[in-house]
Formats: sequence, structure tokens, C-alpha cells
Amino acid sequence: MNDTLRRSYLPAGLPIPVSESDGLSAPYWAGLRQNRLLVQRCAHCRTWQFGPEWLCHHCHSFDLEWTAVEPRGRIFSWERVWSPSHDALRQHGPYLAVLVELPDAGNVRMVGNLLGDPTQAVIIGTGVEGVFEHHCESTPPYSLLQWQFAVA
Amino acid sequence: MARAHSERSLRGRVAVVGIGETQYYRHGASPDPEFKLALKAILAACDDAGLDPREIDGFSSYSEERSEASRLAAALGTRRLSTATMQWGGGGGGCCAAVANAAAAIVAGLADCVVVFRSLAQGQYGRFGQTGGISTISGEKAYLMPYGVLAPPQRFAMRVQRYMHEHGVRQEAMQAIALASYHHAQSNPRAVMFGKPLDPGKYNASRWIAEPFHLYDCCMENDGAAAIILVPEERAGDFRNKPAYILGAAVGAGYRSGAIPHNSPHYASASFETLAPALYRMAGIGPADVDVVQSYENFTGGVVMALAEHGFFKPEEANDFLTLDNLIAPAGRLPLNTSGGNLAECYMHGFELVIEAVRQIRGQSVNQVKRNDVAMVIGGPMVTPASNLLVGSGATL
Repeated sequence: MNDTLRRSYLPAGLPIPVSESDGLSAPYWAGLRQNRLLVQRCAHCRTWQFGPEWLCHHCHSFDLEWTAVEPRGRIFSWERVWSPSHDALRQHGPYLAVLVELPDAGNVRMVGNLLGDPTQAVIIGTGVEGVFEHHCESTPPYSLLQWQFAVA
Repeated sequence: MARAHSERSLRGRVAVVGIGETQYYRHGASPDPEFKLALKAILAACDDAGLDPREIDGFSSYSEERSEASRLAAALGTRRLSTATMQWGGGGGGCCAAVANAAAAIVAGLADCVVVFRSLAQGQYGRFGQTGGISTISGEKAYLMPYGVLAPPQRFAMRVQRYMHEHGVRQEAMQAIALASYHHAQSNPRAVMFGKPLDPGKYNASRWIAEPFHLYDCCMENDGAAAIILVPEERAGDFRNKPAYILGAAVGAGYRSGAIPHNSPHYASASFETLAPALYRMAGIGPADVDVVQSYENFTGGVVMALAEHGFFKPEEANDFLTLDNLIAPAGRLPLNTSGGNLAECYMHGFELVIEAVRQIRGQSVNQVKRNDVAMVIGGPMVTPASNLLVGSGATL
């Protein structure tokens, strides 16, 4: 687990994720750069929250802590994209995007790509684990969290 | 069935007295710029009503409409501007909300004659379905775009996939929705897909855009404009055509449906769980009273969800209910998208659906249903805020 990917799953040239100007998601993106998955958790009522917000949606506390979570979960849904909608993908061919729910973090969900053969069968509920994909050469540099089928 | 006027309701208090649209074009093919399209559609709606455009005193739209109210008022020479309303976010989910907001302004006494409209010239402003020229991105899209989840089909396919998984919905159910729209477009000369029929073989052979969406599960992209004129119910009889009355409308979405990215608790949903009961409650009717439905097809899968959430069938019954025979005018169980809709008439972000509902009530549709007292419009599904609308004949009041 916590592998780092040598090559990026999709070609370079897609939009680069950055924090909002108010810094709301900055800890999340900084965490990925350090091979850490950080998810907001309310210090008051312990509710998990993702995507980030300034307020706990459950108890309205502003005291949200960025909490490290093991990047593992199960496939909640998926899609195989065939039609390129960006110049960077024009020659690429099909690719898989998955929505992964994280049982270790209140079942919050995250979108990523499913590594491996893009034509492989995908079954909802299958266990997956995260792989950090670093784009160090990019300006600005950033990291993504990708997914692969869990070993056991 | 009728409610006392002291109750807070739109029911029966506002009438649609004019409808109009420009010619509909493939995206980028309009010879006119967007603002000129808006003016043409508004003038067409005034002409349909027999209304002097200078009497318009309000404008209402949605989805970041660019043809702005004050400029329209100045161009048209309207004598005074009394309301200028934009629905906040949700894209085509706002097509019925724009009508509701205009009707609410009339009921509240803010305005007397409001035009609701949508205008689009994608040659002038770029397409919805392509993303380019973005270097960095933040907010919801930052969690999606770097993974190739960029354009609307990619943003909605996973939601539909999950719904199909939870309820055992098959591809054929989505196919039937596409077939119904194309079937109706073949008798609609306004339709961009007029003369271009679709059959199951062609649907199945069409390329995948993003599984589970074939090409024909996805709306077109188009240029054009469409408009309707609303007046208080007391003035409904002063115009050329038979009025269609607002019976009800609802706007919004359920608990935390705006939780990004893809974190709404009720994910496999079209966003109508709270809106459908609200709409029926205001109108004082139920699903069995609805004669014809126009349901926004950004993607066919969203229509499956939206119809189920409005109580026409249970999700587990979708495969049996959604057949071409059941969905076509004049006498299917639930005639659907009788002008060809977003898939085959024109993707006017659902406003062509609002116009078609009025045509059905008037008895002027090219695919006229037999019973035509109550017509439903369901705005863009799987977004927030979403919206819906019921219009009816004078007999329903």
C-alpha cells in the first residue's frame, strides 16, 4: 500500500488541481504530495467530511481536523470513458474512472482512476487501495490519488 | 382540488399566454448572435400572444443566461422593468425554476407580464461539452478533472451506473427513452433530428461516450432561443391562444445534494425526492392525473431516475415500464418528450420542453396526446438546484 506510481495514468496537459484562493482544500493537496491522504474530521462530534468545508455539516463546529486515513476503500461506482473531451486525451483511448467509498472515513467518496487495463471488467463493491501519483515536473507540482484492486 | 387564494401557492394564478422560438440549429450554426436570438424568440412569443412587447415588465432565466434583462428591456423598449430574476446554479435544472420564479413575481404583485426565456449561440461562446484552455482548477472540478472526469457525460455516468446497479435497470430502459424522443422528432419539422430516425440497431451500434452512455443517450448541443409569456390569471383570456395555467412548481434538492465531489448521501438520484411531492402537493394532483411528460434528457439515465422519483413507476419496474410503446403519443401509457426534447428536437437547455408542454395543453403539438389537461415538465436531473412544473388547461382549475 501507499505505492507511488512511476508513470501517470492519463497524459499530461489536463487541468492542474490547486486549492481555492481561501485555502480551504490546501491541506488535502499538500497531503497528497507527501503520500498522505487527509480527510476532514470534526473535533467536536467526530463526523467525517469530504469534500472539505469550513463548517461541520453535522454539529456546526468550525473545529475540523485534517486526519490521516489509510487510502483503501471499495468501488461505489465507475465509468469507462471513450469519448475524449480534452485535447490532452485526443489520442489516448478509453480510460476508467471510479468512485471509491472509504469505510475508514465515514464512507466519504473520492473519484480517481482505476489502474490497469482500461477495458477490464469493473464490479461495484470490489476492494481497492490507493496509489499516489506525483506530478513533480508540473508547474505548479501536484499529486493525485489513484486506485488499484486490493491484493487480499 | 382548487386551493383558496389565501394559501401560498402558484396554482391557477398565472397563465402562459405566449410561446415562441427561433429556428433551431446545430451548435455553432446559428447565423445570428445569441442576443439577437433571444430578441427573436421573445418577439415570436409576443406575436403568438398578440401582445405589444413594450408591455413586458419582467425577465426570468437560468443557467448563467448571458442575454441580460436590462439590455433586453432597453432593446425592446419595454416601458418599465419590474422584475429581473436569475435562478442560481444547476444549469438546465433551472428551466422550470425560471418559470416558477417569474410566476411567483406575478403572484406577489411585483410584475404583470414576465417573459421567461433561454438563448444559446455556442459558435459565439464555445461548447458545453468540451473543456480546454484551463491550466489550473480548484473547487469541485479539482477533484474530477485531473482524472479525466471533465465533461457532463463523464460527470453523470457514474451516478447512472450506480442507479442501474442498485435497481437492476438495463440498457434497454435508457434506449427506450432515446427511441421515444427520436420517434417524436420525425413528425416535428422544428426538430434538428427531423428526418433522422433512430432504431435499436443504430442505438446499439453507436459509439460509447462514457459507459453506460451510448452516443444516443446524450443530448445534442444546439443554437437557438425559446421564450414564453406569463400574465396573471385574470388576464388569461385577453390573448390569442388558449391559456395554459401554472398548476404547481418546485425548486431545489434534498439533504446535502450539493456535497461535492460526488458525496451527496442519496447519490443514485435525479434530485427530485423532495421536489416531486412538493409539486404534486401544490397542484393537488398525483402521477395518475398527468397526461403527458416532458423530462429533461441531459442523459437518458437521468430521465429513468426522474420519472421514477415522480412516481410513474418504481425503480425496480423501470425495465417493464420504459418501452417505446408506452412512451409515445398519442396513446402510450405515458407519452414522453413529444417534441423530440433535448435529444432530438433541440437542446435549448429544456426550454423547448416547457414550450411543448404548453402546446400539448393548447392541442397544438405535432404529436398531440389524446388526454391533454395536465402536462408535466421535469427540469435537468442529477443536479442541484433542480426544478419541475405542472401546467394545465382551464378545466383543471
